[in-house]
Amino acid sequence: MSKRLEVVGKARRRVDGRAKVTGHLRFADDLSAPRMLHCKLLRSPHPHALVESIDVSKAAAHPGVHLVLTKSDFPLPFGIMPVSIDEFPLTDRARHVGDPVAAVVAVDEQTANEALGLLEVKYEILKTISDPEDALKNPEPRIHDYGEQGNIHRNQSYEFGNTEEALAKADHVFEDVFFYQGNTHLPMEQQATLAEIEGDGRLRVTSSTQNPHYLHRQLARVLQMPDSRIRVVASPNGGGFGGKCDPANHEMVVAKAALLLGRPVKIGLTREEVFYQHRGRHPVLMKMRTGVTKDGKLTGMHLQTLLDGGGYGSHGPASTFYTGVLTPVTYELPRFKFDACRTFTNKPACGPKRGHGTPQPRFGQEVQLDKIAEKLGMDPAELRLGIVNKPDSLTANWLRVGTIGLAECIKEVVARSDWKSRFRKLGHGRGLGLACSTYMCGAGLPIYWNKLPHSGVQLLLDRGGQATVYCGATEIGQGSDDVLAAIVAEVLGIDTDAVRCVTGDTGITPVDLGSYSSRVTIMMGNAAMQAAEKVRAQLAEAAAEQLEVIAAGLVFSRGRIFHPSAGDKSVSFREAVELAEAKFGTLGAVGSYTPPKPPGKYKGAGVGPSPAYSFTACVVETEVDPKTGWIHVPKIWIAHDIGRTVNPVLARGQVIGGVYMGLGEALMEEQAFRRLPEKLSHALVHRMPSMLEYKSLTALDMPEVDVALIEDPDPNCPFGAKEVGQGPLLPVMPALANAVYDAVGVRVDEIPVTPDKVLKALELKSKGLAPRVGPDHFPAVPYPPPVFVVTPQEGGDGKESNVQERKKRAAAAVV
Amino acid sequence: MAAAPDRVHLKLTVNGEAQPVSFAPYKTLLEVLREDLGLTGTKHGCELGECGACTVLVDGAPVLSCLTLALECEGRRIETIEGLARGTELHPLQAAFADLGGSQCGYCTPGVIMTAKALLDGNLNVSREEIKAETAGNLCRCTGYLQIAEAIERAASELRGEGK
Repeated sequence: MSKRLEVVGKARRRVDGRAKVTGHLRFADDLSAPRMLHCKLLRSPHPHALVESIDVSKAAAHPGVHLVLTKSDFPLPFGIMPVSIDEFPLTDRARHVGDPVAAVVAVDEQTANEALGLLEVKYEILKTISDPEDALKNPEPRIHDYGEQGNIHRNQSYEFGNTEEALAKADHVFEDVFFYQGNTHLPMEQQATLAEIEGDGRLRVTSSTQNPHYLHRQLARVLQMPDSRIRVVASPNGGGFGGKCDPANHEMVVAKAALLLGRPVKIGLTREEVFYQHRGRHPVLMKMRTGVTKDGKLTGMHLQTLLDGGGYGSHGPASTFYTGVLTPVTYELPRFKFDACRTFTNKPACGPKRGHGTPQPRFGQEVQLDKIAEKLGMDPAELRLGIVNKPDSLTANWLRVGTIGLAECIKEVVARSDWKSRFRKLGHGRGLGLACSTYMCGAGLPIYWNKLPHSGVQLLLDRGGQATVYCGATEIGQGSDDVLAAIVAEVLGIDTDAVRCVTGDTGITPVDLGSYSSRVTIMMGNAAMQAAEKVRAQLAEAAAEQLEVIAAGLVFSRGRIFHPSAGDKSVSFREAVELAEAKFGTLGAVGSYTPPKPPGKYKGAGVGPSPAYSFTACVVETEVDPKTGWIHVPKIWIAHDIGRTVNPVLARGQVIGGVYMGLGEALMEEQAFRRLPEKLSHALVHRMPSMLEYKSLTALDMPEVDVALIEDPDPNCPFGAKEVGQGPLLPVMPALANAVYDAVGVRVDEIPVTPDKVLKALELKSKGLAPRVGPDHFPAVPYPPPVFVVTPQEGGDGKESNVQERKKRAAAAVV
Repeated sequence: MAAAPDRVHLKLTVNGEAQPVSFAPYKTLLEVLREDLGLTGTKHGCELGECGACTVLVDGAPVLSCLTLALECEGRRIETIEGLARGTELHPLQAAFADLGGSQCGYCTPGVIMTAKALLDGNLNVSREEIKAETAGNLCRCTGYLQIAEAIERAASELRGEGK
């Protein structure tokens, strides 16, 4: 495989590009079927209420209505994680405004909507839990009858090395409290699902899902059907960003309806409903105590996080871990203590959004580093360069950092932005800010415990010279089909035009866990390489015979196979397929990929490990109007350690798209709630469930973005290619906040950084007060005694070192 | 009361072809295109006029088809994404969007391409600022807009006869 790369790394039209620009690409709601019926959900107007009764008689009798479903039709719950199976497709206990309590299936949407109005629901209103502090103060009423206690869903503590000791030895200890407001994915495509019975009697569910495999499993659970009787087809997603990862109520409901009626049933969520489905960024309050030596080395950090989980578990147990576990991956942090608590509240459930749980602590960490650099009189870039983690090192919490191109990323953005001559020198109102980040290339463990591969690929060659590659991976716009085609084409020395991708169909394709955790390029890619190398070996053997050379040195290039020592003799790829098919029979191979075992052995060590980590550095330039607080961002420089670029057009697009979404979060995006007036219901409602009111950047708001892709191929990744879908979002928010400080000398320690907060901080500054806006306290959270693990540097074995003592202390605390 | 609503019968001129179609009079152009004419290339993102995903051209001007009654479009020239290519040859805008990353998930793409077509039909010498202003009503969550602008510039250059 020493030939020059011919497909990987070359700018190409993506394999699904044509369909996207001609209107051919069929999203879920573009589908229809003969005799198709339409479904609408009745959603609770109350944030917390028991459904006492539902009178469905009028709705059921409404002309054109075929079916009305309620909780009693769904005895079994579902959930994305085995530890949070806590949702019913239709509930008898509403846990947030928008929680579905009934469904109507009718001839058309209009009729279904009319029938929703005929459903008579009696609710018993329950006290609303509005935020984490509320949840901590009010263990009753419990939103769920599981979890740690009261309204605490998850509560945990880990200590890697004696952290208080590390802080005591530091020259300075910096203590900061940060808040990161929740926000939502806002995919352009609203979720839609079509369920139908196929000719062979099996259920087919075509849905805008990022994770058809997990949906398949949950459908089998809820419908109590064998998995083999269900086929889930992931339609091309019109954007996902994490919002289409959870199996969703509407998917279960239309599947059940299609089974009951024997007719196709479709549902398309309205934009307002998409806000209720949510599963977006958790609002997180954070406290960081960080010890630093006078020359800018970190001695330890104690990080505490408090998450607002909303009404359901969703990915929450993982999200809770992610508010801390990647914190030590960027910089040398000898000791680390991490406490995290996720509470239930009566709001739409939070879950994974691009960066999943890590943008919040990353924001805090990178802003705090900016403060540290200033206090120590160091340049923030130099400070970071002095503490960047070493390649192939183990972090205090036992994550293996493989290749790390972070220093190069920092140097790149520093050079390109002319940082050294501009930082702190642009004058009042203009500023530069720098921040860095890291992200996983796929979660090391699957969402449900198993020892099976995370990705499987089947590859078939036909005698016409076409390679057909099957994989359960899901195209959500990120370009996974293109990566799949490129990797197969590169190994076989053919053009991507000769590769047909069949993906995201549990009835046809081998399991791939889905499009989440930036795992697809690495895991699907490795599986595809393995399959392609197997068929390549067969082709090589047959071609070698024909060319009368040894197979070992054959080159597969541009649709031909030849041996450098055999002069002009060559066979075409198509001829080689025929020769090999004659020799071996029908040609095909499978490949699969399982990530390396995590080095940590303590309970909880499974969240955070990844085959590789990407790294990013970013410089944001701001112009801040001191009169209005308005923040204008003219330019952003970003460098991303991508390992190897598969398709530069798509990679650059992912980086710019990440910058865009990060800047939106930094400046304006908020999934915020408000109380209705007392005389109305006092209900906790979404402040802005519309695209007009939920502010996001437009073309006019988008700055110039200078993108550098840093290539340092990682041996765990296919052709060295790391992720690029999530990492580049992460440094943007802290870099923006740091740039606002450089511009006008005020700290906004919370996201989003809005003009009113800047003005408030400027006002404080003018009065001689601390020029800071942000959370003023961190509440007393009853974190449990920590799981103590000795760090690798201090000779640990990766296991918890004081299990018995901790359990004793925990038991005592409960009493 | 429950009788099916009255339908209107008329001809809509879509992508240069007069199409007889029958639909309930309250239906939007977006609904009629997607549901009655099977032209699902035009998308919906909000159905409230907020996102631009449903943009089509009516008499050459971009309109939000989710806010336009199909009834109002009788006798007018409607253009959708399906009518843009000539045979199998992509319109320069389509080719540029596909080649330069102007389309990621592809959901906003038909709307933004139609907006861009109206822009370029009026002026092939557009500046980046004009492109940004004209496409500001088309939300995109994937691209960060820059590759969209670059694609429009490439298409404008192609259409000016400056092909590589």
